[in-house]
Amino acid sequence: MQQNYGSKRIVVGAHYGMRDWLSQRVTAGLMALFTIVLLVQVLFGGPLGYDRWAAVFSAQWMKVLTFVVIVALGWHAWVGVRDIWMDYVKPVAVRLLLQVFTIVWLVGCTGWSVQVLWRL
Amino acid sequence: MAEALKPRPTYRNIHITQILQYRLPPAGIVSILHRVSGAVMFLLLPFIVWLLDVSLSSEISYEQFTAAFGVGIGFVPGWMVKLLVLGLIWAYLHHFISGVRHLWMDMTHSVTKEQGHSSAIVTLASSLALTVVLGAKLFGLI
Repeated sequence: MQQNYGSKRIVVGAHYGMRDWLSQRVTAGLMALFTIVLLVQVLFGGPLGYDRWAAVFSAQWMKVLTFVVIVALGWHAWVGVRDIWMDYVKPVAVRLLLQVFTIVWLVGCTGWSVQVLWRL
Repeated sequence: MAEALKPRPTYRNIHITQILQYRLPPAGIVSILHRVSGAVMFLLLPFIVWLLDVSLSSEISYEQFTAAFGVGIGFVPGWMVKLLVLGLIWAYLHHFISGVRHLWMDMTHSVTKEQGHSSAIVTLASSLALTVVLGAKLFGLI
C-alpha cells in the first residue's frame, strides 16, 4: 500500500490533482446556478427597492443556498489564489505569510457575509 | 560524434521586461485575464461584502447604498464608485465566461489550437460586449 500519510504525506507541489480540479468545477457550478437564481429574482418582479431586495434574501431556502455559495466561493477563491502564490512566489517564508493572509482575508469575508445574511 | 554535439543553449531567468514583450495569442490573453480577474475580485471582496451589507441591513442603509453611486462614499465621488463597480462587473463576466470555456473544453475535449483560438475570441467578444452593455446601464446611458 502506498504510504502517503503522516510524515510521508506530500504537502508541496502543484499536483494535488483530482481534488482541486474537481472542487474548482463543483464550486463554480454552484456559483453559476446561484447567479441564475438571483438574476431571475432580481430581473422579474418590477423595480428593485429595499423591500424587494430584502425579501429575496429572507426566504429560508435562499438563505441556505446563499450560505452554501458563500462557502463555495471561499474554497474556490482559496484554491485560485493559492495557485497564484505557488506560481510566482518562490521563497517559502514569503509564500507562507501570503497564504496565511489569504486565509484570514477569506475567513473574514465569509464570516462577515454570513452575518449579513442571518441578521435578516 | 561527441564533438559534433554542441551543448544546447539554455535560457534561464527570462526577465519580466522580456516576458511583457511577448505577443500572446488570444487564448493566452484569456488565460492570464482569467487569473487577473480572479485576483481583482479576491482583493475587492471586502468591498463586495460591504455592498451586500449596506444594501440589505435596513431601508436607511439602502439609501446609503444608492447614494454611494450618486454622491459617493466619504471622499470618493460617485463616478469613481461606479468605475470600480464596472471593473468588478468586467472581472466577474470575464472570469465566468472563461470558466465556462474551461468546462466546455473539459466536456468536449476541444483542445486543438484552432478550437482554443476560436473559443478565446468568443470569450473576449462576449465578456467585453456584456461589460459595455451593463456599464451603459450603470452610467445611465441606456
